[in-house]
Amino acid sequence: MKNLIYSRYERLWHWLQAFFILLLALTGFEIHGSYKLFGFQQAVSIHEFSGWFIFVLTVFTYFWDFTTGEWRQYKPTKEKLAAQIKYYTYGIFHGEPHPTKKTKLSKLNPLQRLAYLGLVGILIPAQIITGFFYMYYNNQATVFGWHVGILKSIAFWHVLGAFLILAFVIGHIYLTTTGTTVFSNIKAMITGWEEIEE
Amino acid sequence: MKQKAKLSSLIFALLLFFSFNSIYSQAKVDYDLKAEPHVHKTGADHSKFEQLKKEFKSPEEVTAACLSCHNKRGDEFIKTPHWRWEQPNKDDKHQGTYMLGKANVINNFCIALQSNEPRCTSCHAGYGWKNKDFDFADQNKIDCLVCHDNTGTYKKFPTMAGYPVTKPTVFKGNGKTFYPPDYNKIAQNVGLPKRQNCGTCHYKGGGGNNVKHGDLELALNKTTKKVDVHMGIDGQNMQCIECHQTEHHNIPGKLYTIASDNSNRVTCEQCHKGEVHADSKINDHMAKVACETCHIPVYAKVNPVKLSWDWSTAGKFKNGKPFKVEGPFGKDTYFTLKGNFVWGKNVKPDYQFFNGTASHTLVTDKIDPTKTVELNHLNGSYIDTASKLIPVRIFHGKQIYDAKYNTMVYPKLFGKKGTGAYWAEFDWNKAAAAGMKYAGLPYSGKYGFVNTVTYWQLEHMVSPKEDALKCADCHVPEGGRLADVKDPNLYVPGRDNNATLDAIGVILLLLTLAGVLVHGFGRYYFNNKSKGE
Repeated sequence: MKNLIYSRYERLWHWLQAFFILLLALTGFEIHGSYKLFGFQQAVSIHEFSGWFIFVLTVFTYFWDFTTGEWRQYKPTKEKLAAQIKYYTYGIFHGEPHPTKKTKLSKLNPLQRLAYLGLVGILIPAQIITGFFYMYYNNQATVFGWHVGILKSIAFWHVLGAFLILAFVIGHIYLTTTGTTVFSNIKAMITGWEEIEE
Repeated sequence: MKQKAKLSSLIFALLLFFSFNSIYSQAKVDYDLKAEPHVHKTGADHSKFEQLKKEFKSPEEVTAACLSCHNKRGDEFIKTPHWRWEQPNKDDKHQGTYMLGKANVINNFCIALQSNEPRCTSCHAGYGWKNKDFDFADQNKIDCLVCHDNTGTYKKFPTMAGYPVTKPTVFKGNGKTFYPPDYNKIAQNVGLPKRQNCGTCHYKGGGGNNVKHGDLELALNKTTKKVDVHMGIDGQNMQCIECHQTEHHNIPGKLYTIASDNSNRVTCEQCHKGEVHADSKINDHMAKVACETCHIPVYAKVNPVKLSWDWSTAGKFKNGKPFKVEGPFGKDTYFTLKGNFVWGKNVKPDYQFFNGTASHTLVTDKIDPTKTVELNHLNGSYIDTASKLIPVRIFHGKQIYDAKYNTMVYPKLFGKKGTGAYWAEFDWNKAAAAGMKYAGLPYSGKYGFVNTVTYWQLEHMVSPKEDALKCADCHVPEGGRLADVKDPNLYVPGRDNNATLDAIGVILLLLTLAGVLVHGFGRYYFNNKSKGE
């Protein structure tokens, strides 16, 4: 059976966010001194632009979530949480079915709810905030009278955030393969329609 | 459905608009300062003045003629450091205000003025400062011509306490012949100082062209924008006094090897005001980085500069005679009279945070001879709001000190045999005794050599913008321009990182990767197994 799971805006948001997160990681770790790719100056320009893009995108998406009521998708639930954990650690190896059914009204399983709330509700906004502090750290010295040496701690939190988001991305990409078929989840995020196991 | 499509395209367009706007609204038109041509109007045709047509028997008579019309200028000039070679000074190392300047400072070039006057004061804007008896109130001893000669023919002899010669004389130091000046011609062609006038002394400090500063040298008399964007004759063609704008003979410009306080300085911001770069991130840098840091990428661009001077090896002879050893750039790396030198060209500066104040090691201060003595010290740190990162030339020396009293020493270098002068007798003990006695200071009779440094801010030979430093010159993990700037509060993205955080982060990523791989292989394995069943 084919169900429409993801609306056009969700898909647009998801892929823009994915693209800019990867671009931010790529340029961010170059700025961090991990490798040379675009050149420092170019990396900074791309990173700043992408940071602003993600900020505006996130604000739009929050707005969208609250006006459409889609924010409820992220509401944590205990229902079937244990079953979901058991599925990923045992059932999935033994051909058991997903304990939760994906529908347009409830597209996230209890573990996804927690993980995506962590990403969209905490990690990304935190990264945006530390990013702005990083970008405008001079102004904080003049506006708030903060010590210019604050950059060291701002950088610490921003780099920590980067590692956590990157770890999420690795797990996330892997878990897309756990749908009905290996590519059914990704297909759904592209077309909006997903083959749901009966 | 169509409406939804419209909505999402609208949202997308808005996103793009806001994001681009946020970045590019900060961009301003690139800065392009056109220096106002400073038209200095000549007040009078000096060739018409009877006072300047008479026969001058001495340079003092020329000065008297000048002052007969410019009757207040002498009063002005005798108060300035160009005349007194000292000025009231304060630093955080010494109590109260004290007099400091070339008259009493110790450096690591020719070390000190006292007891060596006739040689050093060839660069004094005066006549006859050959010893302590010089009368600083005698305005006729002012040398107006060295600064105001516009013929380019006026020359003071290197060892005659500021006097020109009275008959053609060869200077043994370089074999050049000096001729008596044509005072009438020169006096009738006076004007505002040109770069050649300032350069007469300021190019040749330390005993030769570019020895001392590294960014002030003969090449500036006729140079290109590539070497000096302000003075290049293919560009703004500016004179020294267009930045060093002088009133009442007070020439602004602070040199922190001979002064300590933050006053009377010349700055880039006199002309280059506000947010001068198109890129806002570069403008942000201006809060902590001085203009010169990026815009003077190297010094000694044309002629080599001396980088170090080891006096302790002086006094060797070849067949009983003083000798020189020529090294790279055609410059001496050894000379019996002076010791060993190292020279450099296109030298990358060092960098320091500097707040506009310095301190000095005076001849009366105790030193620690086991450490390198900072003859001057530039104050500042990253978190000090008054500090900016500046390019610095660090000059290394090894020079005589009193090994018992642990003080620096003024040695007598210049003079005749029998005076104790090192350059005549090659005996450091006698030289130290003679110099210190002259200055009225104690000398124990025991000497040694101590490593010293002086710090020189680089201000001149500003490069055109295309030659300025690029981001990656500093923002690199290793080997960058700021590799040696170790301020505990400074964090340079791309140079610095938190090693613990990075290690934990990498381990986290590897564990995640290992986790999904194990999980994936597990699924694959059990899947095949169940298929097999």
